[in-house]
Amino acid sequence: MATPATKIRFSEPQIEMAHGAGGKASRRLVEGLFAPLLYGSNQGPLGDAAHIQINGTRIAMTTDSFVVKPLRFPGGSIGELAINGTVNDLAVSGARAEAIVVTYILEAGLSTEILEAEVRAMGLAAEKAGVLIAGGDTKVVDHGQADQMYITTTGIGRLIPGVDISVPSVRPGDKVLLSGPIGDHGITILLARGDLDLEAELRSDTRSVLPLVQALVCEAGAGVRWMRDPTRGGVATSLNELARDSGHGIVLFEEKIPIRDSVRGACELLGLDPLHIANEGQFLAIVSSEHADSALQALRGAPGGEEAEMIGEVREQPSGAVLVTTLYGGSRLVDMLVGDPLPRIC
Amino acid sequence: MKFVDEFRAPELIAKAGEEIRRLAVPKRHYRIMEVCGGHTHAIYRFGLKDLLPANVELIHGPGCPVCVLPMGRIDDGLALGAQAGFIFAAFGDMMRVPGTHGSPLEYKARGMDVRIVYSPADALKLARTNPEKHVMFFAIGFETTAPSTALTLMRAKAEGLHNFSVFCNHVTIIPAIRAILDSPDMRLDGFVGPGHVSTVIGCRPYEWIAEDEGKPVVVSGFEPLDILQSIVMLLRQLRKGEAKVENQYKRVVPWEGNRAALRAMAEVFELRPYFEWRGLGFISQSALKIRASYAEWDSEQRFSVPGVRVTDPKAAQCGEVLKGVLKPAQCKLFGCECTPEQPVGALMVSSEGSCAAYYNYDHRKPVTIASAASV
Repeated sequence: MATPATKIRFSEPQIEMAHGAGGKASRRLVEGLFAPLLYGSNQGPLGDAAHIQINGTRIAMTTDSFVVKPLRFPGGSIGELAINGTVNDLAVSGARAEAIVVTYILEAGLSTEILEAEVRAMGLAAEKAGVLIAGGDTKVVDHGQADQMYITTTGIGRLIPGVDISVPSVRPGDKVLLSGPIGDHGITILLARGDLDLEAELRSDTRSVLPLVQALVCEAGAGVRWMRDPTRGGVATSLNELARDSGHGIVLFEEKIPIRDSVRGACELLGLDPLHIANEGQFLAIVSSEHADSALQALRGAPGGEEAEMIGEVREQPSGAVLVTTLYGGSRLVDMLVGDPLPRIC
Repeated sequence: MKFVDEFRAPELIAKAGEEIRRLAVPKRHYRIMEVCGGHTHAIYRFGLKDLLPANVELIHGPGCPVCVLPMGRIDDGLALGAQAGFIFAAFGDMMRVPGTHGSPLEYKARGMDVRIVYSPADALKLARTNPEKHVMFFAIGFETTAPSTALTLMRAKAEGLHNFSVFCNHVTIIPAIRAILDSPDMRLDGFVGPGHVSTVIGCRPYEWIAEDEGKPVVVSGFEPLDILQSIVMLLRQLRKGEAKVENQYKRVVPWEGNRAALRAMAEVFELRPYFEWRGLGFISQSALKIRASYAEWDSEQRFSVPGVRVTDPKAAQCGEVLKGVLKPAQCKLFGCECTPEQPVGALMVSSEGSCAAYYNYDHRKPVTIASAASV
């Protein structure tokens, strides 16, 4: 545990928006300041959820805060995100969410109507995901000290039997699976803010990915090596973390990556890379090559997994990096998200 | 996606690549400058270098408005914007560009009111909705963005909106190309001409490059096929010993340019006698200033500007990279002290900066992967 002599490895003088964006700066903050002071230094790579042992039973535990702006957007709202986000963090760590506790931070002056709508949305999402809301806490701050409402959810989950995912189990030859089209959530939020005079038929993809994770695990079992839901920072950031932690290279085939035309169009216009855009209802899985085809079929056969694709593979090179190849033979590296193009996305 | 996928079609791109290999005379080395940062970005993003033979070398030009802006101008803009009651509005590209005491984003974290806008008209909207504040738009860009700044200023004047002003850093592309050609260390064979700038100024302003300097120019679009096709057109001219201006981007660029846009620019702007460019130094008549008839909306005429001159960090070789003398990775700071996250120079920040493009898409790419890319 940390002592007063414990050194942090974070030299930035103040917190910037980028430290909350889920990209490189977030990683520096977590690894440089939180981990050494709270977590010790001998732990492995940081995952979406912690696995802890209580009385001989291993459980998964995670927490997530939601500050999305606007509160409601096509396809969802902050309440729904708050449940699905935590259910998904548990799911991709190989666990089924059992119970969630909730903290609300409310701004004085928030209309009851808005609060009621969000609490109802949470109830519905929890029922859909089959998770119990076991308790909660509420704090109210002065008007102007928060923006309407923030929600934190903390969940525990039971490990799904037969799943053992870890970064060290990932090896060259493994395949990269993606559960469906990327970028829907991020672009929906961007458009919902109304700062851009752009419109598109697009909805957030917020949903529980647990049924899809179960379908995958049921088929591929121990062939599933690693999973992650690519939220802030997008697919590029999640896979760069894996590349860095494993020391392997990840090669993606551009033409295989499912992206809706409206998302591609918005990204082209705004100069964004869809691989950096947030998702709230998709997940990435690394699956051994012998299980990959059947795993993909299992995903596609499950409701909501029809658009799943095998988007790439793990190779020895480029070590620690993610490379995208195109059909015409060109290639480019994709790095983690740098900066924060889109603050308060979830 | 329409008008995009057609220009990324693998079979057409493969064909253009073959044509380039056929046209490039093996014992000759071709140095072609893509003037525009948008092209630099596309070349790296689409991995086009992988498709070119080794003797066709692309040199990155000065066409990145954020990159060519000297640090003093950023300091001046931030000094103005940091005054009480000000809103500092700029394009997202400006937000992480370092000034002497930090970038606009760092100023924001310390409490300055900094807003990202997607067009100058959005900044004007901010002025309308915040009548108690003064909104200062930090304008940058070549002729691509200057007309929209001009139209916004015309609108502000027509509306009599007095809590709005523009800190004008608009520059023009032709003097920059001239400065490059005058530079003794550059030996260029031809130019991939800027696409977006040319939608406004047309193709005629490049004619002197062909006629007086004997270098071919092909105005190009930004998709992979556009760029490769432009290189084919340049190589064809070089092979025949010709030098003329050609327009590959006909679907967007009219030969005569956009008259309405040019009129708006002429109404609002005049040429500055000289302006400092990073790397290129002072270039006469290379930038735009707001005319006296719009003085009320010109931050520089309305407020007192510190007018600081700051030299770039000594070790940074932004100037050499901007001129195309050095490749990004040849700068001593590249990838160590200077990264997109903690940039020393603007070339590492802007989406059009060659260092950012090179760092993000290319520099750790092993050579073997490029050739063994397919599954």
